[in-house]
Amino acid sequence: MTDLLKLSGVHTHIGRYHILQGIDLTVPQGQVTMLLGRNGAGKTTTLRTIMGLWQASSGEISLGSERIESRATPDIARLGVGYVPESMAVFSDLTVKENLVLAARDGPLDDSQLDWIFGFFPALRRFWLSRAGSLSGGQKQMLSIARAIIEPRKLLLIDEPTKGLAPAIVMALIECLKEIKRKGATILLVEQNFFAARELGDNVLVMDNGTIVHRGEMAALAADVPLQERLLGLSLEAHQ
Amino acid sequence: MTELAATDPLPKPKRDIAPVLLPVALALLVIPLIGSTSSWLTLTAASLAMGMMIFIMASGLTLVFGLMDVLNFGHGAFIAVGAYVATLVLAPFAASIQADSLWMNLAVLAPAALLSMAVSGALGLVVERVLILPVYGQHLKQILMTTGGLIVAEQTLYALWGPQIIPMPLPTSLRGSFILGDVAIAKYRVLAMLIGLAVFIAIQLVLNRTKLGLLIRAGVENREMVEALGYRIRRLFLGVFMTGSALAGLGGVMWALYREQVHASMSDDLTVLIFIVVIIGGLGSIGGCFIGAILVAMVANYGGFLVPKLALVSNILLMVAVLMWRPRGLYAVTSR
Ligand SMILES: Nc1ncnc2c1ncn2[C@@H]1O[C@H](COP(=O)(O)OP(=O)(O)OP(=O)(O)O)[C@@H](O)[C@H]1O
Ligand SMILES: [Mg+2]
Repeated sequence: MTDLLKLSGVHTHIGRYHILQGIDLTVPQGQVTMLLGRNGAGKTTTLRTIMGLWQASSGEISLGSERIESRATPDIARLGVGYVPESMAVFSDLTVKENLVLAARDGPLDDSQLDWIFGFFPALRRFWLSRAGSLSGGQKQMLSIARAIIEPRKLLLIDEPTKGLAPAIVMALIECLKEIKRKGATILLVEQNFFAARELGDNVLVMDNGTIVHRGEMAALAADVPLQERLLGLSLEAHQ
Repeated sequence: MTELAATDPLPKPKRDIAPVLLPVALALLVIPLIGSTSSWLTLTAASLAMGMMIFIMASGLTLVFGLMDVLNFGHGAFIAVGAYVATLVLAPFAASIQADSLWMNLAVLAPAALLSMAVSGALGLVVERVLILPVYGQHLKQILMTTGGLIVAEQTLYALWGPQIIPMPLPTSLRGSFILGDVAIAKYRVLAMLIGLAVFIAIQLVLNRTKLGLLIRAGVENREMVEALGYRIRRLFLGVFMTGSALAGLGGVMWALYREQVHASMSDDLTVLIFIVVIIGGLGSIGGCFIGAILVAMVANYGGFLVPKLALVSNILLMVAVLMWRPRGLYAVTSR
């Protein structure tokens, strides 16, 4: 199994704070890798550093055969990385359609791809010409995910996508991510929802205090409640 | 689920029209204070004309603030440079300007304005690369650099053209007024209104109907996310900066013709008004800038007529009042 993404010895400082303190991780091609950890562990900072939104102060980040740690964010995106930030960051002054038009940077919107997305998130069709700012939190989340998958991407970095979603939509989202995986995408997913993590994850990384404290198979962690309690402070069951 | 959704009515996007009503309300409110209808109409026309010129000058600045969070205190330089460059065309062709033929006047005026825009825009390119790029993200240094740039520009204009005020007479066909009953509205004011309106519509079309415009609006709201979608926002910013500089140059020509004179520090008073417009409009909002410019011009004109002693502070008071109502300006479009 080749690794699509590889971080070695990555440190990130934000102002005076030393947040990432030597991250080593790999994300295997074609798999879903979960990134878990307590609040403040550094999960979001890790995704932002990969995306070039924070500059790594030392260490190496490679995507396939490319070194990306000192590339600018737009260049990293153009290598085929889609990003769904924790804050969703939909453009609230633009309509749902306009948000997706911008996300489809390689050309006009593709109808069959759109229908496929509407199948998972029917609300997006309904609010197609509404301002994204008028959507509910969950609908914004759907739009933010739709933006990352409107065109095929090699690697998706997704930060807590199920936060604030109703159970039915969480199911749709899980189906959607599974299908994206079947289509060949590789996903690095930050997720606290145990059900989603167990359903989707092939591998798991657990972070604490800016380092990776556990790496292994998701199924193994899901079966080992004492390990969950040691790593995450409480069992994954209790997380939902 | 999809079928049920499709039959649901589409919620109408809400439009925030309260700010639009503000200048209308202000204009109606002063009618009884001014008393005479013809004075009121004249003052209102003057306000709209002046407002449009200020809008043209301020529109680029608000996008620069909103898009890149860059504090440009040197925007006035583009206004002065635009006006001076126009004299290069207008002075040698003074005969055509004095001719009583609209077409002959325009045949000189239009190239003069276009040359001013080209030179101001090119100067914008240099300023962005040389003064702003190195201090990107550092507000204090931006203020120092751009203020320094403004001083250098003004002194260069003095050195090249001398300290005297240069007359810039209005073309003959644009002198005089349209007479409607007992109301006279200066022709040049009507022209200024039309040009301002055309610029406003053109900017709105670009911002709302083109992908480039969508990117600018998205960038004003969240520049990081635009980059994360794979767009190089620095290039976009350079384009906006140059366009804004060119528009400031156009505004400079129009203002100089309005005042019928050019001097190197002509933009100093205007700059204060432009900053007030950008702040009360909401950083990065073209609609807010448009309304703000009309409000500022109305306060200057009505205020100057009613309480001349308060002319200086009246626009500061306007700013305070608007910010008390909406602390981030009439339309808050940035996420900062
Ligand atoms: N802009 C910032 N300035 C200063 N410190 C920051 C900034 N962003 C994050 N941090 C700090 O970095 C640490 C890691 O934050 P991060 O957002 O990566 O955590 P997280 O694992 O994503 O947490 P959560 O589960 O709550 O989203 C925290 O201690 C946080 O306070
Ligand atoms: Mg986080």
